Amino acid sequence: MEILYAVLVLGGLGVLFGLGLGLASKVFKVERDIRIQKIMETLPCANCGGCGFAGCSAFATAVVEKGADPASCTVGGAACAEKVSEIMGVKASFERKTARVRCAGDCEHAPLKFEFHGLANCESVSKVAGGSKACAYGCLGLGSCVQMCEYQAISIVDGVAQVNENKCYGCGKCASVCPRHLIEVVPAQKKYFVACTNKDKGSFMKDVCSAGCIGCKLCEKACEYEAISVENNLAKIDYEKCTSCGACAEKCPKKIIHMVEIAE
Amino acid sequence: MSYFTNIMVISLTAILVENFVLVKFLGICPFLGVSKQTKTAVGMGGAVMFVMTISSAMTWLVQKFLLEPLHLEYLQTIAFILVIAALVQFVEMALEKLSPALYDSLGIYLPLITTNCAVLGAAILTQQKGYDFVETVVFGLSAGIGFTLAIVLFSGVRERLETSDIPEALQGFPSALIAAALISLAFFGFQGLKLG
Repeated sequence: MEILYAVLVLGGLGVLFGLGLGLASKVFKVERDIRIQKIMETLPCANCGGCGFAGCSAFATAVVEKGADPASCTVGGAACAEKVSEIMGVKASFERKTARVRCAGDCEHAPLKFEFHGLANCESVSKVAGGSKACAYGCLGLGSCVQMCEYQAISIVDGVAQVNENKCYGCGKCASVCPRHLIEVVPAQKKYFVACTNKDKGSFMKDVCSAGCIGCKLCEKACEYEAISVENNLAKIDYEKCTSCGACAEKCPKKIIHMVEIAE
Repeated sequence: MSYFTNIMVISLTAILVENFVLVKFLGICPFLGVSKQTKTAVGMGGAVMFVMTISSAMTWLVQKFLLEPLHLEYLQTIAFILVIAALVQFVEMALEKLSPALYDSLGIYLPLITTNCAVLGAAILTQQKGYDFVETVVFGLSAGIGFTLAIVLFSGVRERLETSDIPEALQGFPSALIAAALISLAFFGFQGLKLG
């Protein structure tokens, strides 16, 4: 009998509160834009934050209420952008993005200052005497970016991070964790990128890495579209202007402007 | 001691001498989490005050008219949590409808009141102290006021810390914890207060 009371009391309370809440949800119903729900259904729900919002639901709300760009979801790609744009009644303009590691200083080209035997992540080695690599700008190769990537798109090859662009969705998580800030998220159909972030002068550059940009400006002269410029001894491509013609890569004496094979 | 004096003593004790956050160390999670800005701190304090008052009253009724007559006191914790959870759900719905700005600024902390030990603590403490209904309501409200006082004071300190020159290692959370400890120490001064 005792146990029956216990069950009845708790069960009764539960039912009572359930009914009360049900009633309250009717009374305090908030009219939501139906499009938010629809957009949520088309999103991949990776909650990666690649769009710049706190998650898929925040993105959907921002698209509907604050007029955010419907094509911001990098994971969903063109198909998702199209669907979201359709719901919003605008035209899709999706550009696939990918991460690129702007460093070519692998074991062969970039010497180490010391061997690091500490916590195996880039953040900690970057705090010890300016990092283990002689180059103060180069990839530390301990793979903090690899740990961040949810799509197994980035890996450490020969001491330098490398992106498998077919797997990369351009969410930019790797870029945010890199203490050297040398991972860049760029439009995926642009073929060329400068694989170096070292801002030292050419004469210093020789001592720390044999594969780095020396700031010779040959690429700047070779470009017909003024898309590449040398600032602080480092070449930089403006992807708004770049036509992927490859003239800069041809002229580069250090062969540091790399071309990416783009799978169609 | 007249009844009114008794009520005043209960109220002042709950606000100052036995402040839930700074002396009893209950409800530390929202105390640290929502105290970055005074505006949200006030909102959180208001929500806690509201929920605490009503939940104390509700749990008192549940205890006196359901659990005690049926000798089910051992179900106290689970029954109280049920009451508090339903209440918080209700407050959340009402807030979303009535004050969307406050609802947005409270974010995930509003559902956290469900598992806020200060709210459950207030409900259980009133039973342990053997308060009657009016005393219970006053105690719940005062505990909420005490929580609000603590979190608003603390948010004021944190807003100042934000702009002051602090050693890098102590910036942000560490300095906030030190400030919390100092405020707590200050509140221990009220221990000497003789009430009633």
